[in-house]
Amino acid sequence: MKIYVPRDAAAKALGADAVAAAVLAEAKARGLDVTLVRNGSRGMVWLEPLVEVETDAGRMAFGPVTAADVASLFDAGFGSHPLAQGQTEAIPFMARQTRLTFARCGRIDPLSLAEYEAHGGLKGLRRALGMSSEQIVAEVKDSGLRGRGGAGFPTGIKWDTVARAKADQKYIVCNADEGDSATFADRMLMEGDPFTLIEGMAIAGLGVGATRGYVYIRSEYPDAIEAMEAALDIARAAGVIGANVLGSGRAFDMWVRVGAGAYVCGEETSLLNSLEGKRGVVRAKPPLPALEGFLGKPTVVNNVISLATVPVIFERGAAFYKDFGLGRSRGTIPLQIAGNAKHGGLYETAFGLTLGQIVDDIAGGTASGRPVKAVQVGGPLGAYFPRALFDTPFGYEEFAGKEGLIGHAGLTLFDDTADMLKMARFAMEFCAIESCGKCTPCRIGAVRGVETVDRIAKGDASAIPILTDLCNTMKFGSLCALGGFTPYPVMSALTHFPDDFHAAHLEAAE
Amino acid sequence: MTANAVAQRTDDIVDELATLEGPLLPILHAVQHAFGFVPQEALPRIAEKLNLSRAEVHGVMSFYHDFRTEPAGRHVVKLCRAEACQAQGADALAAHAKARLGVDFHETTASGAVTLEPVFCLGLCACGPAALVDGKVVGRVDAARLDQILSEMGA
Repeated sequence: MKIYVPRDAAAKALGADAVAAAVLAEAKARGLDVTLVRNGSRGMVWLEPLVEVETDAGRMAFGPVTAADVASLFDAGFGSHPLAQGQTEAIPFMARQTRLTFARCGRIDPLSLAEYEAHGGLKGLRRALGMSSEQIVAEVKDSGLRGRGGAGFPTGIKWDTVARAKADQKYIVCNADEGDSATFADRMLMEGDPFTLIEGMAIAGLGVGATRGYVYIRSEYPDAIEAMEAALDIARAAGVIGANVLGSGRAFDMWVRVGAGAYVCGEETSLLNSLEGKRGVVRAKPPLPALEGFLGKPTVVNNVISLATVPVIFERGAAFYKDFGLGRSRGTIPLQIAGNAKHGGLYETAFGLTLGQIVDDIAGGTASGRPVKAVQVGGPLGAYFPRALFDTPFGYEEFAGKEGLIGHAGLTLFDDTADMLKMARFAMEFCAIESCGKCTPCRIGAVRGVETVDRIAKGDASAIPILTDLCNTMKFGSLCALGGFTPYPVMSALTHFPDDFHAAHLEAAE
Repeated sequence: MTANAVAQRTDDIVDELATLEGPLLPILHAVQHAFGFVPQEALPRIAEKLNLSRAEVHGVMSFYHDFRTEPAGRHVVKLCRAEACQAQGADALAAHAKARLGVDFHETTASGAVTLEPVFCLGLCACGPAALVDGKVVGRVDAARLDQILSEMGA
């Protein structure tokens, strides 16, 4: 009997290790031959720990399981049980997804290279090994893939710049400093299918002529660091990376580097400084990292999901991938539904669903059962959307057109108890704490922003235009997205939820 | 540990890692792992061996939230303060933790049992409020669950 208990951090945070131990103990006590697989997460976090058992009819799911439930699951022969969710793939949340980047996540043992290959892994890399650098870059361009870290810059164009640069050494740097609240796709991918990222980086190396790579993972992700390190050892031992990639005679090796708790290091130039052992201060552009990046050499800096999507593009072709999506947002996007959501988790789908479909149909509204008041899209630098804007289709340009951004595709649901003035204040406070200090609009502006919101909270309506003006200065005067985008949550809260700002005013006036 | 012992252990760490490309963060992590914090005595050793000024090493160490200048308590509880956890009551949880422990964020209880710290996102945004307890992830932490964790730590 084969039983799956995820090793994903979200599953562990909800007791998966205890469930796994109970499964082994119970099997032993009953004299049953059980193979326990610690898979990645399927992404249905509200059902974690999600235990699966392999049957003739496919994998059957049970969740959320606690260690105390395990004996009764064995008693029921993993059949009829109050926690039974039926066939995993048939659960509506799973069945309606288009899983390309996350196709293997949750299905395989993340550290089994054999299972990885059995599920299509390494096909993309093998194909890339038969292509020229120009063909590889063209394939990525043709796929329409854009940076999934948030900026949405076309990945193929970035690769082209690095490929054309002349240098004795080039680098592939993976930005796994996933610091945005509501986002966990990078973490889930690294914990649930780390070989995909390795394969994507190796293809990037072949495409641009880079032989060395780094995955910069934030220190807040101990489980992802452990999984990536283990996967790299396995991949290197198997010759997937190293001096002779899959016996091709081409070299590409890569290593994990761990951040040290600085949000701003998710910005690519700060990340490069941090990787070099410097303060994580933003660099002015130009020069572009593509020309003068890590240690001054041409460097591809891509997000985890961008790089992890490369293998499927090479396995199935650019045209296949490009066929999904809307407008200039091609392919699929792993939505991360977070906060006060009934069905929180990761949902990969083609671009183009409306925000309302995501919030009401997929997330099922709030966990508290109260009305949804606001949805913050794109992390701490993303705008708060009210229900009035729920018809906005999920795409880069579509959200930009509503003074928002999709960022890394995280969505935080808030119910009607949320105080939007408080959230605006927090955005400024967070920026003040995490500012690298290089540019004045961010360093000073965020501190003044907190003070100005506090004035509004005390009933000083004359501070509202000051806040608006300050946001304008930060937006256009900051060096990077931290200071430049902090105005999005602040201004959206002020614009869409004026009552929260005026109610404070009225209360104080009474 | 004597200043000499710190210097010796630091030298060993730097010798092992100095050949990495951009070795300073891995070195600071390793020093903190060895001592539980980054002792002042370690900085001149690192600076000398990497051919940096002490100010540069201090500047890097002090930039990052992770590096401690003094030992933490016996246990470290990090509570997520980010938006997704706030949507699930993280602010009230933090207030509860501070009141129970009698400390603010970045402080250690008088008994030395627990250091309380804020963290901005653990990637557990669909099962908040989240915490990192001695390096282990915990989700859906309510006041009762937190009390249980703190009681087990003797705080």
